[in-house]
Amino acid sequence: MESASVADNPALARPSTLLASGAGWRRRAKDRLMTVLIGGAFALAMIPLISLVFEVTKRGIPGLSLAFFTEDARGVVGEGGGASHAIVGTLVITGVAALISVPIGIMGAIYLNEYGQGRLRRALTFFVDVMTGIPSIVAGLFAYALFELFLGPGIRLGVMGSVALSVLMIPIVIRSAEEVLKIVPNHLREAAYALGTPKWKTIVKVVLPTAFAGLVTGVMIAIARIVGETAPLLVTTGVVDSMNSDPFHGRMQNLAVYAYNEYRSPGVFKQAAYDKAWAAALTLIAIVMLLNVAARLVYRRYKTEIR
Amino acid sequence: MGERPAGVTSTEPVTKVGRGAKTIEVRDVNLFYGDFHAVEDVTMTVAPNKVTALIGSSGCGKTTFLRSLNRMHELTPGARVDGHVSLDGEDIYGKGVDPVEVRRLIGMVFQQPNPFPTMSIYDNVAAGLNLNSRRVPKAQKDAVVERSLRGANLWEEVKDRLDKPGSGLSGGQQQRLCIARAIAVEPEVLLMDEPCSALDPLATLAIEDLIAELKNRYTIVIVTHNMQQAARASDVTAFFNLDATGKPGHLVEVGATNEIFTNPTEKQTEDYVSGRFG
Repeated sequence: MESASVADNPALARPSTLLASGAGWRRRAKDRLMTVLIGGAFALAMIPLISLVFEVTKRGIPGLSLAFFTEDARGVVGEGGGASHAIVGTLVITGVAALISVPIGIMGAIYLNEYGQGRLRRALTFFVDVMTGIPSIVAGLFAYALFELFLGPGIRLGVMGSVALSVLMIPIVIRSAEEVLKIVPNHLREAAYALGTPKWKTIVKVVLPTAFAGLVTGVMIAIARIVGETAPLLVTTGVVDSMNSDPFHGRMQNLAVYAYNEYRSPGVFKQAAYDKAWAAALTLIAIVMLLNVAARLVYRRYKTEIR
Repeated sequence: MGERPAGVTSTEPVTKVGRGAKTIEVRDVNLFYGDFHAVEDVTMTVAPNKVTALIGSSGCGKTTFLRSLNRMHELTPGARVDGHVSLDGEDIYGKGVDPVEVRRLIGMVFQQPNPFPTMSIYDNVAAGLNLNSRRVPKAQKDAVVERSLRGANLWEEVKDRLDKPGSGLSGGQQQRLCIARAIAVEPEVLLMDEPCSALDPLATLAIEDLIAELKNRYTIVIVTHNMQQAARASDVTAFFNLDATGKPGHLVEVGATNEIFTNPTEKQTEDYVSGRFG
């Protein structure tokens, strides 16, 4: 230790404030304890996630086959058949839901962040928060009741499912978009105003491009959140075994309802039905993961350095 | 253009060079943020082709006053303006005057360099043209960009990387980019809110040289905390002060810069410029 040689010299001998402080070891012990606690909490949180992914992958793989992706389940009893109708249905229903929700959600967020003031703004924020908490089955029943008014009882359409999912998705998009718009620094808006730019043009040409990466990420995450919804689709899009890609005509299957159905009524060939249910679950998780990866890629590609 | 009410002056194409600097007359201006009275009873004339410096201690309302000159003040929620501000005799707060039009004639450079982060250097300079819904031919746009960058003494440094993002430039270059962006729309007045406070001495010198050139074509109003800068770069100096925190700021005196710095009329001004407070 170099300090020893310093201490040998009587002129320099004085109590070291760096080494001899009694509180040091206690602080380090606390630091270590907290590190362990936080690490432990993280590990605990990861256990269910990892075991879920592991289990779904293990059980899902046996059900996967070329037929699973290419054939529907029309007239299939027991083994064979596929879930292509459910995959297409999931993509169509979710896609239409996104088409409805993204413009409404982003424009809503623009209103709240750029235009809204005072009580109206506060009231809208409150209702958006309430909407975030709506149970998904209520959204399904709402969509059903809405379409029943015009098309009569018992109606089942793909677009009804999209409307139900929109009710769930719009508040998520608004919330995430609002957060992203808030981050766009005010000095950029002022720079545009100072050039004699009208407000709407400032929003379209300066605010939205600056926030683009964040907006896309928010939308992707909102889609990932609703793509696996089951309950609202049970009451709106119905259950069907054959391929239907027209959201405005007839019942439409989707992966979540497909998995639920195969599991609930497996019929005589139980194992085959269970395999298909797990395979559907695995496909759904794969779609969600793809969306998340895509969101990250878009974010990395388009993110704007904001100071 | 057509959808907007008539502006303060005729709206010639922005690309036309040299519309000429204009005089700003300020009469009995009072500025408020909600209930807070920020600036009290300012009356002064800003002469064309001169650099007018606004000096004074922090919180005395210099920046607020500056922002009232191109109607940026009212963008703050709850902000209010009382009194008259006119540009060559035309009231910029008059009935039917579009603030967007006012800001086109009276440009502004901010304290922090704020180039648009999503745009290239070229697009930052052309932003005024692109954002103002005018269809400008590419060749003409190129000319405006080059002229503005030359005007901001930045052309030689960036001419080979016009398509690179503006945020990649140094702080001083970014500020000159912002000045180029402001002069690309050919305003008649240029307002500068402490344009050098985030810059090092060399970059500051570059901006001050630029200001000296720009005054040949524009009326310039600059807020500065730096008294040496006011003494170096301005022709006219206006000293703002406030009696106590929470009281409104007011204009103490305005006069030729060398008068203000060597022989001020007011005791407060003398104390401030001689460094006795502030």
